[in-house]
Amino acid sequence: MNQFADFISWLVGIVETVLAYPEPLVLIVVLALLAWQFKRASLGLFVFLGLSLVLNLGMWDNLIITLASIITSVFIALAIGIPLGILKAHNKVLDYISRPILDFMQTIPPFVYLIPALMFFGLGNVSGVIATVIFAIAPPIRLTALGIKQVNDELEEAGQAFGANWWQVLIKIELPAAMPSILMGINQCIMLSLSMVVISAMIGAGGLGKPVLRSLNIVNIGLGFEAGLGVVIIAVILDRMFDRA
Amino acid sequence: MDQAKIEVNNLYKIFNGKKKREISLLENGLSKDDILEKTGATVAVNKANFKVMPGEIFVIMGLSGSGKSTLLRCLNRLIEPSKGTVKIDGQDITKLNSKELRNYRRQKYGMVFQNFALFPYRTVQANAEFGLEIQGVSANIRKAKAASALETVGLSGYEQQKPNQLSGGMQQRVGLARALAVDPDILLMDEPFSALDPLIKKEMQDMLLDLYQQINKTIIFITHDLDEALKLGDRIAIMKDGEIVQIGNHEEILNQAENDYVAEFVQDVNRSRVLTAADIMSKPVALLYPQAGLKTALHKMRQNKLASIFVLGKEHKVKGIVKIKNVVSAINNGQQKLKDLIEKVPTASPGETVNSLFAKIAELDTPIPVLNEKDQLKGVIVKTDVIANLATDQI
Ligand SMILES: Nc1ncnc2c1ncn2[C@@H]1O[C@H](COP(=O)(O)OP(=O)(O)OP(=O)(O)O)[C@@H](O)[C@H]1O
Ligand SMILES: [Mg+2]
Repeated sequence: MNQFADFISWLVGIVETVLAYPEPLVLIVVLALLAWQFKRASLGLFVFLGLSLVLNLGMWDNLIITLASIITSVFIALAIGIPLGILKAHNKVLDYISRPILDFMQTIPPFVYLIPALMFFGLGNVSGVIATVIFAIAPPIRLTALGIKQVNDELEEAGQAFGANWWQVLIKIELPAAMPSILMGINQCIMLSLSMVVISAMIGAGGLGKPVLRSLNIVNIGLGFEAGLGVVIIAVILDRMFDRA
Repeated sequence: MDQAKIEVNNLYKIFNGKKKREISLLENGLSKDDILEKTGATVAVNKANFKVMPGEIFVIMGLSGSGKSTLLRCLNRLIEPSKGTVKIDGQDITKLNSKELRNYRRQKYGMVFQNFALFPYRTVQANAEFGLEIQGVSANIRKAKAASALETVGLSGYEQQKPNQLSGGMQQRVGLARALAVDPDILLMDEPFSALDPLIKKEMQDMLLDLYQQINKTIIFITHDLDEALKLGDRIAIMKDGEIVQIGNHEEILNQAENDYVAEFVQDVNRSRVLTAADIMSKPVALLYPQAGLKTALHKMRQNKLASIFVLGKEHKVKGIVKIKNVVSAINNGQQKLKDLIEKVPTASPGETVNSLFAKIAELDTPIPVLNEKDQLKGVIVKTDVIANLATDQI
């Protein structure tokens, strides 16, 4: 258990160090250029203005912490969820038993995940990441499995006719054909992780969630608004960066 | 006699059944329908026996549900036969384990599918490279082989397109290139042209025959169209309810139908009644637009060795035809305008039969255009095509 917790906090630490390494402005410009290059100029502009605003509000450190935990959570959720989705698509039994479990995981209020996370890992970022992973892992599992199951049988047949083995069919046919659905799963995973930002602050995770929570306690609307705005800006940026178009 | 390339012995395929029980019922003379009713099992292939020689085009034809696709897939075990043997070059492939089978598929077979089954996320080039990739061939060789397969099917220049940017006929060319790229011994083709327009279909058949001359592969070709079977097949097997009811060459199939089922099939091919303008028309090799000058007209006709050429107006509507002799004398007389030389021609609709076409074209010395309901040009028919297709009627 401890090693697991160490591993997660090590991961968060690495991402955080990397993100905090460059000057904020440099990072902002780089991200804006990436958005421009891979998506649209307008998104690049939004990234630049949005992140500069967060910087100006003095929320930069919180933003880095939040980003680091989201990236870590999403990374873990995908690293587990996509392979599980692949298994689910190929194994009828697993498909059958996973269905109610996934339903349960998606309908249960996210606060509930805080309790076991807290019990096992105590207050802090690690618990936040664990609760986030549990909350956000269902869509990548579901949508990976769905995407693969929807691949035209003829394509798999063609693969087999040319002598492809299980792995080749997976890598060369199923995953690329299921990619739109998998990307949708990734996008939803990111969005769900974001929605956990404030909630995981309740168990001591740092980042933008913390000031939001504090502002609630001390009824400081201004502070709550500023931190909330930061969350919204990240949400919009990540959503636009990782949608399909 | 040479060793058969493919030899199928007493092959059965039963879906949803216990196999043994159904096979013994079949041996006791029950029909496919009886067995379905009695046991709920589907007899897809019933005691198939045939041999295919190296370099032969063997056509399997039959109505929908007669078991053609199932039989074809038993040849590379995409569908496991319930009983019987399939020998390729004398080796029984029903005995191979799954790894040996995969290697066999990689080396021996190329397959072409009715609905193309192209990978939509791959470019044309990458589609053609697929089989080689599966074989683990290095990127350079892959590229070269795929490119040459694409060239063979006339798709050079389309390498970087995605399949959905291509027409149906071109997509199936990609399918064919994908199969040819691995240089297989045996081409399995499951109704490869059934999804195509008649004109494209004809073009593809011609291309396949051309190709066949060059590559000399053994081809198993499935169709439900007797015309196609007769055009392509060295020998033809006719299937009904999972059974092969007759195997023979053209003559045998057309003249010595072994039972009523075959006879009925063949009767449908009473060619002049069945063949229509759409079946025998071809693409115009050259066309003119009304604003073209006389010199252009002359040049185009000479270049394409035509005695006359159709003139098209707006929206592909046919204005009429211009004859080369009139163009030459007009030029000699110093006339300028093409318009005055355009003559009206009789036209045909795609559904018109060869008999009725013959009546129209017999006295003409020009081709006639085939127009759709909007009067747009779909193809042209020359007299020799009509006569050739009348003649086969007399076989
Ligand atoms: N996977 C399957 N499970 C059960 N029955 C099947 C299966 N595949 C085919 N059949 C049945 O086997 C019979 C033969 O089917 P097959 O697809 O081989 O016919 P076909 O001659 O290729 O027909 P078509 O011209 O429609 O392609 C049909 O009665 C069909 O319903
Ligand atoms: Mg079929």
